[in-house]
Amino acid sequence: MDVIVCMKQIPDLQQIRIKDREPILDNVPLVWGDLDKNAIEEASKIKEAVEDVKVTVVALGSDKIEQGILEPLAMGADEAVLLTDPAFAGSDSMGTAKVLAKAIEKTGSYDLVILGEGSTDNYSGVVASALAELLNLPMISYVRELEVQDGKVKAVRNMEESFEVMEADLPALVTVAQEINEPRLPKFMAIRKAGAKPRHEWGPDDLGLAADEVGQNALSVETLSNLAPEQDRKNIILKGNLAEQIDALVDALTKEGVLGR
Amino acid sequence: MSEILIYSDNDGTALELVSAGKEFAEELGATVSAALLGDGAAGKADDYFSYGADKLYVSEHPALGDFYVGTFAAALQQIVESGDVEFLLIGSTKRGKELAGRVAQKLNAGAITDANAMRVRDGNLEADRYSYGGNTMASQVVTTPKKVISVMPKTFELGPSEAKQGEVVNVDLDLEDPPVKVVERRDKAGDEVNLEEAEVLICVGRGVQSQEDLAMIEELAGLLGAEIGCTKTPASDWEWFSEERMVGLSGKKCKPSLYISVGISGQIQHTVGIVDSKIIVTINKDENAPMFNFTDYGIVGDYADVVPELNQKLKSL
Ligand SMILES: Cc1cc2nc3c(=O)[nH]c(=O)nc-3n(C[C@H](O)[C@H](O)[C@H](O)COP(=O)(O)OP(=O)(O)OC[C@H]3O[C@@H](n4cnc5c(N)ncnc54)[C@H](O)[C@@H]3O)c2cc1C
Repeated sequence: MDVIVCMKQIPDLQQIRIKDREPILDNVPLVWGDLDKNAIEEASKIKEAVEDVKVTVVALGSDKIEQGILEPLAMGADEAVLLTDPAFAGSDSMGTAKVLAKAIEKTGSYDLVILGEGSTDNYSGVVASALAELLNLPMISYVRELEVQDGKVKAVRNMEESFEVMEADLPALVTVAQEINEPRLPKFMAIRKAGAKPRHEWGPDDLGLAADEVGQNALSVETLSNLAPEQDRKNIILKGNLAEQIDALVDALTKEGVLGR
Repeated sequence: MSEILIYSDNDGTALELVSAGKEFAEELGATVSAALLGDGAAGKADDYFSYGADKLYVSEHPALGDFYVGTFAAALQQIVESGDVEFLLIGSTKRGKELAGRVAQKLNAGAITDANAMRVRDGNLEADRYSYGGNTMASQVVTTPKKVISVMPKTFELGPSEAKQGEVVNVDLDLEDPPVKVVERRDKAGDEVNLEEAEVLICVGRGVQSQEDLAMIEELAGLLGAEIGCTKTPASDWEWFSEERMVGLSGKKCKPSLYISVGISGQIQHTVGIVDSKIIVTINKDENAPMFNFTDYGIVGDYADVVPELNQKLKSL
């Protein structure tokens, strides 16, 4: 069985600083999204539970992936497809889905495609849905429990009012929620071995896509501005022993007029 | 004349969008229509007309019984392509959000999901959504001929309603049986809390390690007249709370006068739900917790010491 996991690298959100409402991304390291790690963890678990599973990571992003890809490979992926051609840079969600779909088709075989329920930075959830449509796959989103058996997938998904248990025949696409698992931290030896696992780097030509069909040339959404909301806090840390801190807190809240009664 | 088409699996959200859509339509010189899909759809027509829909597309096709994203996307595609729909506005519930990308792909359209504000700009609809995990707010427009935007519930208020009739189109859809079956549905315990309206809000995070400790938090909530909310883990993983109480990017956006965080690190996906609070108080044992950057008054300490002491003090007032 062939399991495909789609992953992307994002700037480490905790390290983004805001200056004059602009996000400062210089020197912010790229990391795999949390939900992407849940996706690769789930694929690795399936590999451990079911015989003859091959896990392929398909990752679109900058050339920094070359280094970063060791992590999912060490977490259990057998192979990686890297889509780092500069022509793909700046792809929006629909553009990303298009490139991923072509790359997944090119891998030759896919029984189960797994993604996070959203990317950790934008959490828009568009890529998975568009990808399911392009590959014409049944889709189950927001999955918190997953079982793969006898050519079928059974999943519990987390909806507003209920947990839905859903079933589909493979091939299928699922998106996973954060609570589905606890991603493993790859061991040092696994990371060393990961360097030897096969990698493919495919550009637009390999995927049969023209340069004007991808990346910045194929945007369907335009971002007009992207600024941080204004934030103005007092940042007072109360000093003294606990009793003094509590007195000061209650005093302050009373003066602010927020201790109603 | 171009058309704004509304759909949501949640009728309340759909009616909010009909109300807002009517105002956008006036500015854009468009009309507002809505899709009513699935069992009992026809019976809802009066409501949709009364909030301002000009036209309703109705189908109770048997394939629309249980919601399956692919089938509903196919239904909406057929409706959009049968008319002059330029904008498809979908309620950004979980089902609506997964629907947006799928129907957009069918329509060769761009999609924006989780919009939390919208306005007319140069003959288009501009939508705001969080970006970089909530660090920033992006204002975006879809640039393809057809445009799909999913809009968060409660982004718009229900407008006035008046008894009114309009055109009902009983659409004849060509749909296959869904390839994904719902085999069981486990209802979640209902929790009728409305955190968005809370004047005082206490949120607990992963720092509160034992469920027994919630007793002291509940006591504090009682003393302050506060509602209790939480970060993701206590709701999704520990199931101490229903997700109605989760605050942040994928939860509720709240604007209380007083917000108190207990054992919360202050990651952006949570703080985005409380940045509009008037006063923010933080109790965290790690003085370097990012939460203190969002804080007016902070106490560095173990909540198990701080909260009981605070309760004592409040009782003595
Ligand atoms: C796409 C996406 C959407 C998300 N949406 C949301 C959302 O809507 N809402 C949300 O909350 N999260 C959301 N998250 C999760 C979010 O990224 C963080 O993981 C989460 O907010 C962290 O929760 P926390 O602060 O409770 O836990 P932690 O980050 O683990 O922080 C625990 C804190 O408790 C402190 N602490 C520990 N012990 C004590 C003690 N005894 N006394 C005092 N302090 C103590 C620690 O110092 C630490 O700062 C989302 C994540 C993703 C990827």
